[in-house]
Amino acid sequence: MGFFLETLLGGLMTGMLYSLVALGFVLIFKASGVFNFAQGAMVLFAALAMARFSEWIPAKFGIDNVIVANVLAFIGAGIMMFIVAWLIEKLVLRHLVNQEGATLLMATLGITYFLEGVGQSLFGSDIYKIDIGMPKDPVIVLESLFQGGVMVNKEDLIAALIAAALVALLTVFFQKTKTGRALRAVADDHQAAQSIGIPLSTIWVIVWCVAGVVALVAGMIWGSKLGVQFSLTTVALRALPVVILGGLTSVPGAIIGGLIIGVGEKLSEVYLGPYVGGGIEIWFAYVLALVFLLFRPQGLFGEKIIDRV
Amino acid sequence: MNAPHAMMPLPPDAPPLEQVHAKKIGDVILDIKNISLRFGGVKALTDISFNVKEHEIRSIIGPNGAGKSSMLNCINGVYTPSEGSITFRGQTFAHMNSRQVAEMGVARTFQNLALFKGMSVLDNIMSGRNLKIKSNLFMQALRIGPAEREEIKHREFVERIIDFLEIQAYRKTPVGQLPYGLQKRVDLGRALAMEPQVLLLDEPMAGMNVEEKQDMSRFILDVNDEFGTTIVLIEHDMGVVMDISDRVVVLDYGKKIGDGTPDEVRNNEDVIRAYLGTSH
Repeated sequence: MGFFLETLLGGLMTGMLYSLVALGFVLIFKASGVFNFAQGAMVLFAALAMARFSEWIPAKFGIDNVIVANVLAFIGAGIMMFIVAWLIEKLVLRHLVNQEGATLLMATLGITYFLEGVGQSLFGSDIYKIDIGMPKDPVIVLESLFQGGVMVNKEDLIAALIAAALVALLTVFFQKTKTGRALRAVADDHQAAQSIGIPLSTIWVIVWCVAGVVALVAGMIWGSKLGVQFSLTTVALRALPVVILGGLTSVPGAIIGGLIIGVGEKLSEVYLGPYVGGGIEIWFAYVLALVFLLFRPQGLFGEKIIDRV
Repeated sequence: MNAPHAMMPLPPDAPPLEQVHAKKIGDVILDIKNISLRFGGVKALTDISFNVKEHEIRSIIGPNGAGKSSMLNCINGVYTPSEGSITFRGQTFAHMNSRQVAEMGVARTFQNLALFKGMSVLDNIMSGRNLKIKSNLFMQALRIGPAEREEIKHREFVERIIDFLEIQAYRKTPVGQLPYGLQKRVDLGRALAMEPQVLLLDEPMAGMNVEEKQDMSRFILDVNDEFGTTIVLIEHDMGVVMDISDRVVVLDYGKKIGDGTPDEVRNNEDVIRAYLGTSH
């Protein structure tokens, strides 16, 4: 039982990181109808910026305090993401208003490679680490219930708290503010949104910024666990099934979808792996996504597809 | 016009429309001069001039493809006319985008519904108030002080519109699930939420049955009466237009072929020919 819980927890933690990346997809899709393939590249870019700024800033200004240095690095990386968002709107999206979804998808594919390249030439292409001072030592809980108890990483717990806070913040932003309402309006109909005085370009910059910050948080957590390296971009591919599962337009869907896939991967690997020869973790998410596409194409929480004939 | 209408009086048991329809038509509010619009080699509009006076219901009619929607889109800033000028409240503009036009107090509805389908009726109409909400993001998110009061104030206004359009039962329903006639009302509601000085209606009765058309006509007349909103209406069904309009412009093949009161237009030779066809 203790082992089962540990596997479950491990799955939830991985799942949470998938959720964060998926969240970036959902935000941009909701607000601009663009399936942003570049979300993974944005995670890499943000994590690289964060990692290098946390080296450069203390070296340059002689700051010893780890927390101050990290906060400054986070702000610096945040500003980088703002610049990226602004440039993407100015140079790409603005010229593709009212184009087909496929056109926009191809454009984001281009942005992906561009960001990967520029990120590495700006910040270097080695493996870097982000040390935000999270405690690495595991704690054993529930010792009285099971033999040996359950091992939990403090680091994972803190990461989970950060992610939860971010989601709560985004929910309030989307549901309770005028800007949030404008974002949802733009997602549904560009022309109508303009007719009631919503400025499209500003909205797009805002939403890409928000997605950039989400990418930054995802990159920061992921990077502090496993180091910042090129393979971070493949995280985006792992988040695709999450988005299919949760529904492209649902923030809660992205979260729950991520957790389901994280847990499903780990449990199936541990409990089914021995019977089918292992390696389930790699394809489990995609098969699950396929099943969903067949039986519930809008995902768990996606907008119901209403067909008027 | 005076200060924006802060309150919308409810019509609890309105007397017959003909009696209420007391006119208080004012000066020219919108002046369209020599507008031409070309798409490549295609001339959508050729040298169109007409004006709209404050508080009136002005209709633009014409057969399919006559350029009615193009005209509306020029006024709304979606298209930039190739030639000519549009003067709104003494301010002339050549280049305009939809957003600037919205800020000047012009709202519109769409021929092919352009609603925010995933959002509730309430949120759709509320989005029309976006330009009027002034408190900042953080205050709204935290629901503190002025932001809270402001939200309540706007919500009250939106509730009045919902009552007015008789869609109370669907407040929380996602708009995409409503029948067509009701979606048209939500579209109108969103435009009304902007408290516009000029309301552009693009075929508000297209695809409706007789009853729905009567309802919509009543709403349009009520808006005009109660708020004094100036209305520019595009319709392709002559009958309805003649009943509710003060003055009518007739377009055919992008050219103006008639302009005047419904009676004048009805007896205009060119108009009759455009609608009924001639034997060449």
